[in-house]
Amino acid sequence: MKNLLEQWTALPSYVRDTAWILVVTVVLILCVAFTTLWERKVIGWMQLRKGPNRVGSLPFGFLPGIFQPFADVIKLLIKEVVIPSAANKVLFRIAPMITLIPAFAIWAVVPLSPNMVLGNVNAGLLYVLALTSVGVYGVILAGWASNSKYAFLGAMRSAAQIVAYEIAMGFALVGVIMAAGSLNLGDIVKHQAGGALAWNWFWLFPLLVVYFISGVAETNRAPFDVAEGESEIVAGFHVEYSGIAFALFFLAEYANMILIAALTAVFFFGGWLSPLDGFIEPTDVPPALANIPVLGWAVTAFVGDGFQWLFLKIFAGIFMFLWFRATFPRYRYDQIMRLGWKILIPVTIVWIAVEGVMAYFKVGPWKMVG
Amino acid sequence: MRSIIKTFLLTELLGGLWVTWKKLWKPKFTVNYPEEKTPQSPRFRGLHALRRYPNGEERCIACKLCEAVCPAVCITIDSDVSQDGTRRTTRYDIDLFKCIYCGFCEEACPVDAIVLTRIHEYHMEHRGENIMSKDKLLAVGERYDALISADKAADSAYR
Repeated sequence: MKNLLEQWTALPSYVRDTAWILVVTVVLILCVAFTTLWERKVIGWMQLRKGPNRVGSLPFGFLPGIFQPFADVIKLLIKEVVIPSAANKVLFRIAPMITLIPAFAIWAVVPLSPNMVLGNVNAGLLYVLALTSVGVYGVILAGWASNSKYAFLGAMRSAAQIVAYEIAMGFALVGVIMAAGSLNLGDIVKHQAGGALAWNWFWLFPLLVVYFISGVAETNRAPFDVAEGESEIVAGFHVEYSGIAFALFFLAEYANMILIAALTAVFFFGGWLSPLDGFIEPTDVPPALANIPVLGWAVTAFVGDGFQWLFLKIFAGIFMFLWFRATFPRYRYDQIMRLGWKILIPVTIVWIAVEGVMAYFKVGPWKMVG
Repeated sequence: MRSIIKTFLLTELLGGLWVTWKKLWKPKFTVNYPEEKTPQSPRFRGLHALRRYPNGEERCIACKLCEAVCPAVCITIDSDVSQDGTRRTTRYDIDLFKCIYCGFCEEACPVDAIVLTRIHEYHMEHRGENIMSKDKLLAVGERYDALISADKAADSAYR
């Protein structure tokens, strides 16, 4: 074990980085796959159905339907990718990648655990904002390159919506920057140390609400999925896509969902910080329990800061996405625009002002100085 | 003013979320179809069948009432005089794609020859198999004779 670790650290850093990138990407793709299943399950349960339970199960009939995502992926891989005859073939192929790549690339700056982040960038938050904007190009290109009016209308709708909500999102993050005094995502997390009540969500609650609503709108998820409209414009900007090209859009949507959940966790819920911090420390675990092999060690490790808390927070965030989809009817398009421009942006501006006043009078845990 | 506060506190949205949260834990109504099935009435209107008398004689007398009553015009009957001098069908076709399973043919039949069975799990694999010819209908009737008779008996009290 120790020998292996030494060999690992002896490897050149680019090899280790590439390995980590591969690990993160593969885990992310698996997470996306199981998010699709979890979504169908949760929405099924909320509609008093059972959800998919046909494709495979673990031994003894646990978790029936667990292999549903793989069946879906295989089906989509086998299907033909139909390219419309009048489509711009190059852009038509590139567009799904342009939507997908930013959704994965942003993970480079997300701090996964106290000493695990792929790229410790000082302007991490700017990088996040920049890359989320790139995703819009994929949407527009997909709609335009399909040479179909439905796809084009859908692309216009989602693009306008994404652009509008990006502003509210950016403003909400200004509050986070003011609180942390840094653009580095790792520093933003570390600044929130001190238990569940010291996290940003408590002092920046309106910004959290705005951020999460904008996040839902950014990812074009229900109740803001106006790009989709079964009766008029079918599936929105990706109507003309089929087979694995469609799957890439699907992958990007779910990857974005996980990403927004992760960023919400990082910005407002303390990332990998333990909510028990200040209440129960790893050293508080009674030695009788802590010394039990495996179980005790697991409990001790679990109580401390680490990836497990980030994972739980992301899981809760994704659950919120699915919960919203099962609950809320779709917004009308003009209502979406009104909400974005006339309500969310003013709310963020007001709260940034409030925060400034509080920081000036030293109320709350602000790092921002004069 | 009150409505503005209400909107900003998202009370109605939270109320909606609370409803779905409660439903999440309720028992589910799903019937796992091939393993579990919902009960069927003896009057269920599924696949058609032509019946015979216990002595093996065909019930159908080619009166063509079913053909006349059929709202979807899916029944085609040709008739001729048979060897024993009675009027019999030479052709009795039902197009399953046209049929709307209304059961009027069964109601119209004076001799209970054409019936709709409770069989609903059938399929076609080739073009043209949707036409149920006379021999196919009679075969269905022979094969499920016990089932059809039992359903008829169960329902006779209400007819």
